[in-house]
Amino acid sequence: MTERVRQFLRSPVLWPLAGIALLLIANLILKPGFLNITVLDGHLYGLPIDVLNRGAKTLILALGMTLVIATGGVDLSVGSVVAITGAVAAALIGQGTDSLALIVAGALGAGALAGLANGLLVARLGVQPIVATLILMVAGRGVAQVLTDGQVLIIKHPGFDFLGNGFVLGLPFTIVCATLLYLAAHAALRRTAGGMFIEAVGDNPEASRFAGLATARIKILVYVVCGFCAAIAGIMEAANIGAADAQRAGENMELDAIFAVVVGGTALAGGRFLLLGSFVGALLLQMLITTMYNLGVPPAVAPVPKALLILTVCLLQSDRTRRWFGGLWRGKPAS
Amino acid sequence: MSAAPLLTLRGIGKRFPGVIALDGVDFTVRAGEIHALLGENGAGKSTLIKVLTGVYEADAGEIKLAGQPLRANIPADAERAGISTVYQEVNLVPSLSVAENIALGRQPGRFGFLNWRAIRRHAREALARLGLDCDPDAELGSLSIALQQMVAIARALDLKARLLILDEPTASLDEKEVADLFAVMRRLREQGLGIVFVTHFLDQVYAVSDRITVLRNGTLVGEYLTAELPRLSLVGKMLGRDLAEPTPGLANAAENTAGASVLSARSLSRKGALHSLDLDVRRGEVLGLAGLLGSGRTETARLLFGIDERDSGELRVKGAPVALRSPRDAVRLGLAFCSEDRKSEGILPNLSVRENLIIALQAKQGGWRTLARSEQDRLCAHYIAALRIKTADAEVPIRTLSGGNQQKVLLARWLATQPALIILDEPTRGIDIGAKAEIEQLIGKLRAEGIAVIFISSEIEEIVRNSTRALVLRERRPCGEIAGDKLNVNHLMKAMAGGHTKHE
Repeated sequence: MTERVRQFLRSPVLWPLAGIALLLIANLILKPGFLNITVLDGHLYGLPIDVLNRGAKTLILALGMTLVIATGGVDLSVGSVVAITGAVAAALIGQGTDSLALIVAGALGAGALAGLANGLLVARLGVQPIVATLILMVAGRGVAQVLTDGQVLIIKHPGFDFLGNGFVLGLPFTIVCATLLYLAAHAALRRTAGGMFIEAVGDNPEASRFAGLATARIKILVYVVCGFCAAIAGIMEAANIGAADAQRAGENMELDAIFAVVVGGTALAGGRFLLLGSFVGALLLQMLITTMYNLGVPPAVAPVPKALLILTVCLLQSDRTRRWFGGLWRGKPAS
Repeated sequence: MSAAPLLTLRGIGKRFPGVIALDGVDFTVRAGEIHALLGENGAGKSTLIKVLTGVYEADAGEIKLAGQPLRANIPADAERAGISTVYQEVNLVPSLSVAENIALGRQPGRFGFLNWRAIRRHAREALARLGLDCDPDAELGSLSIALQQMVAIARALDLKARLLILDEPTASLDEKEVADLFAVMRRLREQGLGIVFVTHFLDQVYAVSDRITVLRNGTLVGEYLTAELPRLSLVGKMLGRDLAEPTPGLANAAENTAGASVLSARSLSRKGALHSLDLDVRRGEVLGLAGLLGSGRTETARLLFGIDERDSGELRVKGAPVALRSPRDAVRLGLAFCSEDRKSEGILPNLSVRENLIIALQAKQGGWRTLARSEQDRLCAHYIAALRIKTADAEVPIRTLSGGNQQKVLLARWLATQPALIILDEPTRGIDIGAKAEIEQLIGKLRAEGIAVIFISSEIEEIVRNSTRALVLRERRPCGEIAGDKLNVNHLMKAMAGGHTKHE
C-alpha cells in the first residue's frame, strides 16, 4: 500500500492533477458558484461541464500526439488537419450529402490520409518529423481554403450538429467520445504489445529494427492514428460552431496538444508515454483557459498565465529541480 | 616509482535503489604510476570512477587529491582539479571535426570568437603526442572506432591533467594501437602523472601496470604490486573462485555432430563491405569468423541478418532461397543477431529488463498475438536464473545494469525466440572474465542443443576454444577456412595476417 502511495507521489501525473485542484480552489474562492451544475432537459450544464466539453478537442489531439511523440517524432500539422477535415465535412454537406456516416467517413478518411502522408515522409523518406509535418501545417490551410472556396461555410445538418453539441446520458457527446477514445487506446496499446513497440521505437530505433520490429510501419501507423484523431477533433470543431473556417479552425491547437503531452509527463525525446498524463494535461490547460474567462482576464493577456503554468509543471517534473526542492526541505543545499 | 599518494579514496560507499554498488572502498594512486583497477562486471569499477569524476556523489567516504579534499559534484569540477577521463564508449560529437572535438568545452578565443588557428594547432600537438597521423579537420564520425578512441585520449591528454583515467581504452584498438597507447602511458608516467587503467585484458595489465587494485561485488579485495601477483591468483581474487578448466579445441569432436545446413551463402557481395563470400553453417556447429579489425566480419553479419541489403549473391535458409531484406525477415526465418555495439544497436535503455528480453520474441510473433504477462514473467525468471543475470528485478530499466548483465539480457532476448541460427558479434567484448566464461559455456550448450552459431571475435584464442570450424576474412574477402586439427592459434594468425605479416 505504502509502495503504491510512493509510486503515485513520483508519478508525473501528480503535478498536473495538483494544478487542476489549485485552479478549482482559486475559482471557488473568487467565484463561489463555479462548481454549480444545473440539470436542464435532462442535460447537465455548468462550468465544469464546459471545461470538459471545450477541452475534448485538445484531449483527442493530445491522444494522437502522445503516440507520435513517443516514437520520437512530433506532428505540427494537426491544427491544419482540423481545418481540412472540417472543410471536407462542410463541402460534403454543401454538395447535398445527407448520410452522416458518409460525411464522417469522408472527414476521417481525409485525416488518415494526411497522417499517412506525414508518416511516409518521416518513416520512408527519412525527413525530420518537425520538417515533414511543417509542410502539411503550412500547406494544409491552403487545401482547406480550396475546399471551402475561401469562404466560411455554414453547416446545417441536424445529425452533424449532434457531434459537436449533442448530449449522451446527460453528458456532452464530445466528452463521452474523448473518454471512450482514451479507454480504447489504452486497451489497444497496453493490453497488447503495441504500446511497447511504440516505446521501443522511440527509445532506440536502431536497436528496435535489429530486434525485428517493423519500425517504419510502426511510425507510419502512429502518424495515421494522429491524423485520424485530428479528424475527429475537426468534425467536433466544425459541428460545434456550425461552420467550417479554413483560416481559424484548429489554429494553434497543435501547440496545445504538444503542451498537454509534455505537461502529462511524456518526454519529447520519445520512449515511455503516458496516456493518462496527456488526458490530465489537456484538462489542466482547458481548466486554465476557462478560469481566465471566468475571472475576466482579457484574451490578449491569456497566453501569459498559460506559459507560466507550463513552465511550473515542467519544472516540477524535472528530476533536477525536484532534488533541489528536496534539498531545501531538508534544510541543506542539494547538488 | 611510488611517491606520495596523489589520490586517496577512503571508505567510499554508494548505493542505488536495490543495489549496493560500493561499500567502504579504499583506493590509492601515487604520482608516476600506472594503476590497474580490476574486477568483474558489477564489481564497482565504473561506479568508483564515476564517483571520482563527479558523475555520481558518494554516499560515504572521502576523496583527497594531492592532500586536498576533492569536492567534485559535476564532471567539470573533477576536470578542473586535474582528473581527466576517457570512457569505454567514445563520448565525443561524431559530426564535429577532430580538432573541434579536442577543443570542445575549452575553446581558445576571445569575446565568444574562436581562434581557429589555435584550435588546429592544439589538436595537431595533442595528436602528435599520441603519435597519431590523422587530419585534424576530418569529421570524427568518419574515422574508425579505434581512431575515435585515440582522439578521445588525445582530448583528455590535452588538459593539464594530474590524473588520467582510462576506462577500457583498449577494447577497440588493434595491437599496434595498443602498443602506441602503452608508449604514451609510460611517457606520461615518467612526467609524474598518475594513471588509472581499467581493462579486461590481463596481458595488458601485466604489460603496463605497476600496481593493481581488485574490487569484487562493490568491496575492496586488495591492492597489490603487479610484479608480486601471479596471474592465476589475480584471476582467483577477481572471481572469488577458481576458473573452470579451459575447454579444449572442439574441432574434432564436432565433425560428427554437425547436421543439416541452416544457412548458406553463395558469392554474397556488397560494394565496399564484402566481396564474394561463400559460407555454410549447419545444425550443431559453431562457425568462427576471424579477421582483423575492418576485415569484414561485422559486415558479413549485417548482410546475413538483412540489416544491409546485398548487391548480389544468394542466401538459403534450411535449403530454401530467401530474399532477406530486413532484420524482421531474418527474425521470422529463425535467425538471431547479437550486435557488437550494445549501446546503440542492442539495448532499449529506458525500457525494463523484461521488455528488452521479450521484444524479439514479441516482434517475431507480431504485435497482435501478445505474450501473456505470466508468460513474459516466466521467460524472465527462467533466463535471469539460467544466465545468472544480476538485476534487482525484471522491471528496472536495463540501462541500470552493468555491461555484462546487459549483454546477457540481449542473449536471452535472442534465445527466447528459439532461433535456428544465432550470430554473436563480439559477445564477450567489454565484459569481465567470469561473464566471458559463462558466455563461452553457453555457446557450447547452444551447439549441443543443435543450434547453429556464427561466432565473431577478435580474440583468436576465443575462436579456437569455441569454434568447430573457422572462416577467415581479410580485407573484406574470405581468405580461407580452417577446420579439424589445423584450427589453432598459429594457423589462424597466419591466415588473418596473409602474405604481409606486419600490416593489414
